[in-house]
Amino acid sequence: MKLDVILRVSVKFFLPFMLLFALYVQFHGDFGPGGGFQAGVIAAATIVLYAIIFGLAPTIRLVPPIVVETMIPLGVLIFLGVGFLSFLTGDNYLNYSHLAHDQIHGQELGVLLVELGVLITVSGTMVAIFYALADRGRS
Amino acid sequence: MSTLAELMPLYNYWITIFLMISGLYIVVARGNMVKKLVGLSLFQTSVYLLYLSPGKILGGTPPILAKGFEIYSAPLPHVLILTAIVVGIATLALGLALTVRINEAFGSIEEDELFKPEITHD
Amino acid sequence: MIESHLPALLVVVPLLAAVFTALIRQGLASYLVAFIACWSLPVMSIALLGQELNQGTISYALGDWAPPIGIEYRIDSVNAPFLVLVSFMAALVATYARSSVTSEIESSRQGWFYTVYLLCVGGLLGVLITGDAFNAFVFLEISSLATYVLIALGKDRRALLAAYQYLILGTIGATLYVVGVGLIFAMTGSLNMVDINAHLAGIETLRPVLAALAFITVGISLKLALFPLHVWLPNAYAFAPSVATAFLASTATKVAVYLLLRYFFTVFGADLVFEQQPITPILLVFSVAAMFIASIVAVFQADIKRMLAYSSVAQIGYITLGIAIATQTGLAGALVHLLNHALIKGTLFLAVGCIVLQTGAFKVKNLAGIGRTMPLTMAAFVVAGLGLIGVPGTVGFVSKWFLITAALEQGWWWLALMIVTSSLIAVVYVGRIVEIAWFREPSKEVSAGGRLPIEMLGVTWVMAAATIYFGLDAEFTAGLASRAAETLLAGIK
Repeated sequence: MKLDVILRVSVKFFLPFMLLFALYVQFHGDFGPGGGFQAGVIAAATIVLYAIIFGLAPTIRLVPPIVVETMIPLGVLIFLGVGFLSFLTGDNYLNYSHLAHDQIHGQELGVLLVELGVLITVSGTMVAIFYALADRGRS
Repeated sequence: MSTLAELMPLYNYWITIFLMISGLYIVVARGNMVKKLVGLSLFQTSVYLLYLSPGKILGGTPPILAKGFEIYSAPLPHVLILTAIVVGIATLALGLALTVRINEAFGSIEEDELFKPEITHD
Repeated sequence: MIESHLPALLVVVPLLAAVFTALIRQGLASYLVAFIACWSLPVMSIALLGQELNQGTISYALGDWAPPIGIEYRIDSVNAPFLVLVSFMAALVATYARSSVTSEIESSRQGWFYTVYLLCVGGLLGVLITGDAFNAFVFLEISSLATYVLIALGKDRRALLAAYQYLILGTIGATLYVVGVGLIFAMTGSLNMVDINAHLAGIETLRPVLAALAFITVGISLKLALFPLHVWLPNAYAFAPSVATAFLASTATKVAVYLLLRYFFTVFGADLVFEQQPITPILLVFSVAAMFIASIVAVFQADIKRMLAYSSVAQIGYITLGIAIATQTGLAGALVHLLNHALIKGTLFLAVGCIVLQTGAFKVKNLAGIGRTMPLTMAAFVVAGLGLIGVPGTVGFVSKWFLITAALEQGWWWLALMIVTSSLIAVVYVGRIVEIAWFREPSKEVSAGGRLPIEMLGVTWVMAAATIYFGLDAEFTAGLASRAAETLLAGIK
């Protein structure tokens, strides 16, 4: 029981920093290793760690499965939607140049939005896989 | 000796070949489903090395427009490998999910128990 | 305005529809989304075919990054007919699917079925349309992963085993393909298929290029079920839901053959592959082995889906035979057989789906007397079976004619004899079904059958009629195939 208490307290300390690190990796993907996929996996690892230490039921209260199952297509929708925005300005699909006032900022904005979509989908997928497999085999 | 001296700097390609062959061997030689998936992942890892090794320039950096970044290593292989890693993870996740379901349906994940004629033919 | 963006839309519409069905997740609404999306695809692909016939090769730069730096979607006379084929198969199977899915898959999973189906369609269309080597891998894996899930949704618990086996073999194939692309990328520095061909002319040490050719050939052969790499196919087709089998049998292996043709002729060039390397004898041996061994094994199967699966392996042998001959007639024969076999096998599996829905029986001995209770379905089955044999008046005859002519042009009369002999084996296994269906008393499963929904019968008959129509009036399909063969053999100018 003592070990349980130590784990609970220390993990509660870690979890916000893990999420913060995930966001850091997400936004610094253009200057160092990072980007949507890596950030999504780190964010999902936060949820999984919470589930391992505190149990599956509190995690399901925190992040309900319906939210997770909606996140997966939502991220892909954002990605495809950014591509459709470029149709409105008359360019080919997934051309980010005209999303902002000049080309450089347009590319930056486009990549930011696309990576946001990737973050949402990947973290949703990893947590969904965990939810699907976590409760099996326990009677 | 000189062939050894020629071949040693290519150690990353030797590692690639070793990983590829050992991954394929595990897939073929092991009958446990999870072990096969592990071998498959090992095989895919060797492919990542194969893409990244020719792209690295000694003393090269990521292509960033800032002071201190002059020689750039090739960034395109990294992008390709990121995609390949994601595909590999998706395949691994699907394979493991199938393994869990097979375990629930059949009670075993060993190939010699699963491919018995009572199960495969009816 | 839309016309200029059709190449991108053709891939994006199924993916977007998959997203919407995943958000909706309820059976009927997601079916409607899938239905509308799938029927927009033939409209778009016919428009693209028309554009391509008028103005030649269409090139669409994704993100407006000019090739060879950017990813290019390239439509020429080779992939335009296949886009039409896959789009029509997707739409027809989507029309057929409603009742079959409701009966074979549990209701909580039906929305996900349509999501995975649309992802598979989008992936296959992407492989056909892309002009970039690595992008082809990505779309190939999208469609393959969707295929594994489609197969695993089957009712029999052995569908899980079949999906797992296909997953292992398919992933090995895709990874071998990626190794080949990596070697080409290291040698030429480019990933655009046309650009690789331009760079290959200036390379002195050809050994990595030849290694890449070997890796890519073996990798894609695993996907197209070339004998002896066909082991996954009988299990996958036998245990998958009938809808999935009907769709996969007519599209998945055909797209892999297209990719192989693309690599042999556009990327590597015909003279590197066929003159300098002994690809012709190698492919000939495997194709003839496939034609004979798979046909003979098909005769002895107790399960009708498995019999049709082995028959598919044999027909793929015919297609690779045409590729191995590598002349204008041979290639045209391979391409026209790709289109025709898709129609024939589609009809056969759709008919089997009707039978499974109505009677629940798929063992051949349980199908006794079914010709009397389901005459229209079995008539469609027999029509397509005649096409399989190659009876004049059906599409099968057109493709066999091309292949035999190509073999005789090379002076290989023994090969022409083999083609005829293996077609006779098809008579045996189709005839077995005909005899059991009509000349025996109805078994108990057959007599206890229910009603067949009209859309399933309708779609099956549309496809059976197509096998006869394109067999009698072969100008359109043969013309497209000959144009495509010319483009392939001419290489890149």
